[in-house]
Amino acid sequence: MATEIAAPKLTTMADLKGKVDPDWCPGCGDFGVLAAVQKALVELQIPNHQVATISGIGCSSNFPGFINTYGMHTLHGRSLAVATGFKMANHGMTVLVTGGDGDGFGIGGNHFMHTMRRNVDLLYIVMDNQIYGLTTGQTSPTSRLGMKTKSAPFGNVEGPINPISLALSAGATFIARGFSAEQKHLTELIKQGIQHKGFSFLDVFSPCVTYNHDNTFQWFRPRVKKLEDDASYDSTNWMAAMEKSLLWGDEIPIGKFFERTDVPTLHESEPVLSTEPLVRQALRIPADAARAFVEELM
Amino acid sequence: MRESFAIGIGGAAGQGVATPGDIFAKIFSRRGLHLNVYNAYQSIIRGGHTFLTIRTGVEKITNMGDRIDLLIPLNQDTMDRHLRLLSSGGACIYNSDTIKPGTAADGVQLCTLPVSKLADISKNKIAQNTLAIGAALSMTGIGFQALESVIGEQFRKKEQAVIDANVGLARVGYDYATQNFKAFAKPLPMTDTRYAVLGGNGAMAMGGAAAGVKFYCAYPMSPSTGVLHWMADHGRKANIMVRQVEDEIGVINMAIGAAHAGVRAMCATSGGGFALMSEALGLSAQAEIPVVVIDCQRAGPSTGVPTKTEQGDLWQMLGASFGDYPRVIAAPLDIGDCFTLIPEIFNIAERFQCPGIVLCDLLLAEGRLSVDPSILDFNPKIDRGEMITSANGNGNGSYKRYLITESGVSPRAVPGIPGHTHVVSSDEHDEDGVLISDEYTNTVKRRAMMEKRMRKVAGIDASVQPPTMQGPADAGVTLIGWGSTQGVIEEAREILGEQGITANQLQIRWLVPLHGDAIVEVLKRSRHTIIIENNYSGQFARYLRSETSFVANGHIRKYDGEPFMPHHIVEAVREQLSGRTTLSVPTHEIMV
Repeated sequence: MATEIAAPKLTTMADLKGKVDPDWCPGCGDFGVLAAVQKALVELQIPNHQVATISGIGCSSNFPGFINTYGMHTLHGRSLAVATGFKMANHGMTVLVTGGDGDGFGIGGNHFMHTMRRNVDLLYIVMDNQIYGLTTGQTSPTSRLGMKTKSAPFGNVEGPINPISLALSAGATFIARGFSAEQKHLTELIKQGIQHKGFSFLDVFSPCVTYNHDNTFQWFRPRVKKLEDDASYDSTNWMAAMEKSLLWGDEIPIGKFFERTDVPTLHESEPVLSTEPLVRQALRIPADAARAFVEELM
Repeated sequence: MRESFAIGIGGAAGQGVATPGDIFAKIFSRRGLHLNVYNAYQSIIRGGHTFLTIRTGVEKITNMGDRIDLLIPLNQDTMDRHLRLLSSGGACIYNSDTIKPGTAADGVQLCTLPVSKLADISKNKIAQNTLAIGAALSMTGIGFQALESVIGEQFRKKEQAVIDANVGLARVGYDYATQNFKAFAKPLPMTDTRYAVLGGNGAMAMGGAAAGVKFYCAYPMSPSTGVLHWMADHGRKANIMVRQVEDEIGVINMAIGAAHAGVRAMCATSGGGFALMSEALGLSAQAEIPVVVIDCQRAGPSTGVPTKTEQGDLWQMLGASFGDYPRVIAAPLDIGDCFTLIPEIFNIAERFQCPGIVLCDLLLAEGRLSVDPSILDFNPKIDRGEMITSANGNGNGSYKRYLITESGVSPRAVPGIPGHTHVVSSDEHDEDGVLISDEYTNTVKRRAMMEKRMRKVAGIDASVQPPTMQGPADAGVTLIGWGSTQGVIEEAREILGEQGITANQLQIRWLVPLHGDAIVEVLKRSRHTIIIENNYSGQFARYLRSETSFVANGHIRKYDGEPFMPHHIVEAVREQLSGRTTLSVPTHEIMV
């Protein structure tokens, strides 16, 4: 089945505008992530029909509806599993996975870990607001210790997970953190994540203006420090990345923590995909293979 | 009655019960004989008790039958459990160094193999198995040559010395039996036909390959794991990408992702894994992404009896996931049908863009059957339904993924085509894929989309023929079964016929669409109806009643983990026709 080669036309912001405008709360951090993704695709000149945007469920998971690509709005927590299947069936397409911290680190935590170790070639953007938004304000896996929410009115007694060190341990090959308010920086990280061959994890501080009154834009702004501003930081050094990932408080690093390019991606490891994407391969199996399968039973 | 010969081989797990089974199966099928293999085993890697029945004959052998002719106990436990199954004319071959016989029925030949005298047991721990195979071939009149080549193939991964040693040992057993044991009255016949020996899991995997499956994924779960094993072994030759996934939730979602990208995707599991898949089955239906899921039923609930068979998942399939949506459910009738059904259900699932469920069970999944190799058609009809695979000048952005149509089917654009970008969604959506909750939750649109999807049900109904009555139209009793009980009911009907009771059979293969009206029309002409199923509550009986108000005269149910044997059905039918009961629960005599 042949997909056509795109007409030589420039990809513009207008091409990437979704059928409806986002229905996020005014001031939501997710607007900045959407804009940065669209800018990155324009800067990389990737036509919209060659992009799949796949999400789970939650405020940020409504993302695929607000961008004009091939979108999949799947089940809560399952975006990475769906995206892995999609990428394996058509590895020629650029796959973006978008969602929130509850979707990705809570209900989808198992898929998060395994997709990283498989090094599936996609960019996973988590719009991390440290709260459950669409269900109106409960504790999330990244909510800070002591945070008061509707499900922990007397304060959260469970410590948060650290997505960056988790990704480092699980074997992700590109790990970065952005901040929705740092548009240029975020756009750059998205571009790098798309271009990276392998699993790219981008945790983005995307404050919830309605339910999280602790981790606000004002809270983050003075704290975030770009790793790129430190000339001595070496993002190929896993141990250094692990050390940086543990920093939290007055100084919170953002930027590219880690990247390695020596690990084959899942689709590169699969001989069946060595010729062309699965979706373009013949439906019928080779006649000699069929004969051999029957012969085995005789 | 069909002429047949059955061998029972038993021992602890790890004693090597499977290898003699494989060897006999190859020898029988190459001799032009039909065969059926059933292995009763436990969820244990070493120890416990495994009992393999291999039944062969010139006519089609659809089940393990009622009788063992030759027993090969590999340990005392097997001797103690199964010697009583032998009747006059039967024989038992055993290692007299380690096993003491019990009391055998009159006319049963006890064939003692002095294993330590015949072989160097310090070098070969399974010497008794090989000696017994050799002896069996002598007593069944098969001759030695057939065995020699099969041993070579069976141990092909070992060095030549191992093969030679085993061939030599089998020869010793063969000669010893020729001199010391009485051969069976009738030597096993021979025909010119050659059969393929097919297992149900392998058959479903190959059926997938024939159907054009390009992506297969699974999480290991008995008794479905054999599908994964076949796929992992053969996927690269068949150009199928095969993945083992972290859990069944990941499995079905990965399959849905691949299916949406445009390939045929399949996965298999058992009841527990299927329960985890339920939510995503609804995603397949709501987003209208076709996917085929195989459920190999085992005895439940919960972990249940992982190595035993049951037909207990029907209502799970009927009710899987929430909300109303079109689905297709089919139960293969035998191991050959495990192959044939897969391309058929893919065509329906893809034409109507909905989930397709193959409701198999352990009996078929892990059983083996001789089939005519010509039924393994790797060029079956493939109908992918309404798919858009290139822009064809229509890429102007007006494409509507969920276009409202009379049939309910909206043409499916494969991602990657210019001008056809769209969103598929688990949320309710409009024709163009926009989530209705992203505007205002709109009752008119919601109703229109529900009706669009549900209109596909009529098309699904029309794509499958209603079931037909097998056997004489005018019979004393009508036996109703579904899926894997086809063969055993068929044989029970033959035996009933010999006893002067005419029986016909209505066997259900398509559970959804059921064609309830046609079924009732057929059953109206029946004098006495009995529904036979491998579960406690009569799941199919309840389903038929809920769909049609039809109530059968009686029920035969079995839920002890083991499949029906023909005499279970025969005796229960007689009991019910005499008016003694309307519910029979046969006892399984073979203690495994």
